[in-house]
Amino acid sequence: MDLMVGPNVTPEVYENVRNKLGLDKPLYVQYFTFLKNVLRGDLGTSILKNVPVKDLIAERLPITLKLGVLSLMVSFAIAVPVGIQAAKHRNTPVDYLSMTFALIGISIPTFGFGLTLLYIFAYKLRWFPISGHGSFWHLVLPVFTVGLTDAAVTARMVRSNILEVMGEDYIRTARSKGLSEKIVMNKHALRNALISIITLLGMRLGWILGGSAILETVFSIPGLGRLMVDGIFSRDYPVVQGSMLVLGASVLFGNLIADILYAAADPRIRY
Amino acid sequence: MRKEHAINKCSGKKMYRMNGHAGGHVLKGPYSGGQVYDKLGERETRDITDDTEKWYSSTKREFLRILFKNKGALLGSIIILVFILVAILAPYIAPYSYDEVDLPNMLQPPSSSYPMGTDELGRDIFSRIIYGARVSLKVSIFSVGIALIIGVVLGAIAGYFGGVVDYIISGLTDIVWSFPVTLLAIAFVATLGPSLNNLILALALTGWTGFTRLVRGEFLALREKDFILAAKALGIPDRKIVFRHMLPNSLAPIIVLFTMELPKAIIVESSLSFLGLGAQPPTPSWGSIMSTGRSYIMEAPWIFLFPGLVIAILVLAVNLFGDALRDTLDPKLRN
Repeated sequence: MDLMVGPNVTPEVYENVRNKLGLDKPLYVQYFTFLKNVLRGDLGTSILKNVPVKDLIAERLPITLKLGVLSLMVSFAIAVPVGIQAAKHRNTPVDYLSMTFALIGISIPTFGFGLTLLYIFAYKLRWFPISGHGSFWHLVLPVFTVGLTDAAVTARMVRSNILEVMGEDYIRTARSKGLSEKIVMNKHALRNALISIITLLGMRLGWILGGSAILETVFSIPGLGRLMVDGIFSRDYPVVQGSMLVLGASVLFGNLIADILYAAADPRIRY
Repeated sequence: MRKEHAINKCSGKKMYRMNGHAGGHVLKGPYSGGQVYDKLGERETRDITDDTEKWYSSTKREFLRILFKNKGALLGSIIILVFILVAILAPYIAPYSYDEVDLPNMLQPPSSSYPMGTDELGRDIFSRIIYGARVSLKVSIFSVGIALIIGVVLGAIAGYFGGVVDYIISGLTDIVWSFPVTLLAIAFVATLGPSLNNLILALALTGWTGFTRLVRGEFLALREKDFILAAKALGIPDRKIVFRHMLPNSLAPIIVLFTMELPKAIIVESSLSFLGLGAQPPTPSWGSIMSTGRSYIMEAPWIFLFPGLVIAILVLAVNLFGDALRDTLDPKLRN
């Protein structure tokens, strides 16, 4: 409040602004007004820029989503084959090597990995632009930063999901029927493991979007995560509220997609 | 006790047979109290608690033997120990103070006087990293510790009592669990204001769900076990059943989860400090040092490189230790 009206105002002006913002009403009334406005698609107005928060978000959400989905694709393109191979060749050098890489991958913070890629490929080798967004070349480093670190997490999960399925009774039955190991693996184990891998897809998308603030800070990308963090520092609460709401909704949307795919992949599940 | 004494009096030989081995050997197991009788039924003053302690220490030794046969666990625990020592002894190890500004020596590359170079204010990166270990360990241990307490209490209530209470707690857990920790932590810090203590609180308030799910599951399984049913039938109060019987039996997976959650907390702490939402200047956190490093990435890459390396080494060490601990404590995985 004090930041908005300045130090030298009469109490009348102060009350006037309070009233206009609805801050004189009790907290629960304010909350319901907020909810009512959200349902109408009104996320309020940015205190700092004096533009509707909705417009700010509409401008930045596509950037964040594009990065998120592309990263997810890179992550799964690497993690699923690696996880399957590791599970197939359990306790062999293939398994040890890929899981060692995965362990190193989950131990490196995304922003540290991003800064390292930025330094090597943008500053030293000058293959990619340093920051900003727009062209295809701007996307490569951020997408690989998230894609590779997330692939480490996902590969571990894929491997343990397959190994879990391998321990089921029906795998033992399939083997005792005398089916070849190849058929047991491809037709019985992988198909059943696929279900949990699909669930991972939605979960990981949520994680990637949740971490968008960090990635966008590393690469100076004007996305939704960055909008939120900037809002926190400039105390632009409507912006923080709005971007957090939309990011949270995207996470839930990711979970919803996972549930739908889950039902589509497994005929046993019906809602 | 008194009863045994009576039996002893009337027929010493019977006691001999009952006790089996000569020399007053007792059943191996964690019995408490009681006394051992020798061949002739004469009371031996040795307490069984002695044997109990021996039994415990032998399983402990066995556990440590299996754990440290794993090279990863050994390496991991050594590295963790080094970090803890560095954090405790920071003022004695660090060549400079963490906030000693020395403008003429700003952005110096690594050299013999500045092993990891200096930052934009001429502060020694090496010393700041050493002090940063305090922040990182403090935040991760406290936040995961508080999360453990919240999670275990809620999980125990849900798992033990079931019904509506379980329904409410499980629902709440699922809601919090479905959101990424980073986003939730940012939301909490944004509401509470950026500071180190608020970061600990934020991490604790987002990190408890794993513990709740684990303890609830364990308790649901234990509830049906014969020894719990027996305890209930004997009229032992709930509080005692939970603390004396159920909790000790779920301790192993709780400890494993604790070590698995630590590296996550370290990474989220450094990420939020990197955004400026954690430790506030001049407190050195590895994440905030790297945030400076981002601005000077061209002129002084060492500013982001060394803290990044240190985070990766510590997290890797805790992960190695956690994986080994899980493999050791979970007999299903032990091949």
